[in-house]
Amino acid sequence: MANTVKMLAKLGDGVAVVKLLISHPMETGNRIDEKTNKKVPEHFIEVVDCQHNGETVLTAHLGASISKNPYLSFEITGAIKGDTVEISWVDNKGVSGSGKTKVK
Amino acid sequence: MLLLDIGCTAAAADVDPDADLKAYRAYFKERFPHYGPEEFNLGMYNYNDDKRAQWEAIMEFPPFGMAVDRGEQLFNTPFNNGKTYAGCLDQGGIGIAHSYPRFDSKTGKVKTLSMEINDCRKKNGEKPLKLLKGDLTKILAYLAETSRGKPISITVPDDPRALAAYEDGKRNYFTRRGPWGFACFNCHWESAGKRIGPSELSPAMGQASNFPSYRSKWGAVGPIQRRYKGCMLNYGAKPPKVGGTSMNNLEYFHRRLSNGLPSNAPNNRP
Repeated sequence: MANTVKMLAKLGDGVAVVKLLISHPMETGNRIDEKTNKKVPEHFIEVVDCQHNGETVLTAHLGASISKNPYLSFEITGAIKGDTVEISWVDNKGVSGSGKTKVK
Repeated sequence: MLLLDIGCTAAAADVDPDADLKAYRAYFKERFPHYGPEEFNLGMYNYNDDKRAQWEAIMEFPPFGMAVDRGEQLFNTPFNNGKTYAGCLDQGGIGIAHSYPRFDSKTGKVKTLSMEINDCRKKNGEKPLKLLKGDLTKILAYLAETSRGKPISITVPDDPRALAAYEDGKRNYFTRRGPWGFACFNCHWESAGKRIGPSELSPAMGQASNFPSYRSKWGAVGPIQRRYKGCMLNYGAKPPKVGGTSMNNLEYFHRRLSNGLPSNAPNNRP
């Protein structure tokens, strides 16, 4: 399956700033498909788990109000160059994805 | 000649794209004396420090990142017959986007990079891609990324058909349309630096160098013709057909205005 996550983790002033993009339609369940005239079913990310060197540092509960291709950013204090930052997401259909990067 | 009256067509001998460009550059230099190439490319971000800072932050990790990655994947995926896009394009497609649209002497018409991609598909037994959304826009995003920093280089050869296409694009640019009689020129030339409603108007020179661009409004990367169409619809005019001769000629003329400016595509805009 194509990679769904793009990540960047940059060290600056004692914190690592992590930015990420997740490729996901984030359908609210209310949008009407122009061709079928029917509502496109709900399909959105529910949870994003963010780990620093294997330890969860942030759990984000997204949901239907986050728009398509979510962009998230967070900061990790006490990170050093070379640390691993990994995220994994799961949506309401049980589909999941993940991404990993090293702090620069 | 800066402004053409409607109904006045110049004979091929009178069309001088180089003289035009010289006059246009002089005009914009007079209007924006402190602008260098970077400033022209920034467009509306010159007018507001806060917005510019936000743009700089976004460009560190831009929303079109995934489109470029996916575009690279699509570009490198062979067709069903085993051949690739690279086989159809100059330099395998790498670092050429800044020189499009080009004049195609075989057809006598302006050719956009989108047309090159779809022609390549046709040659290899594949269906053409939609012009404004989807896979083609991702391929364009990737190809644009390979041209980042290269100077926009649109050439109008000394061929009467090329000169006519350029002149058609120019006339299109200066033609008033819609219920309010707006021409591209009214907002992005005469009123560059001013506002229309809440929107700040960028100068025409330095716009096309940012395309294809991600727009928050689209939630995706789009080619410049998508913006032409949208803008015309915004002021109640009926846009010419996307990918048609008229739109391609307009792109030919408009992009040439940004000749010499570094290609800064894909970019990020509201």
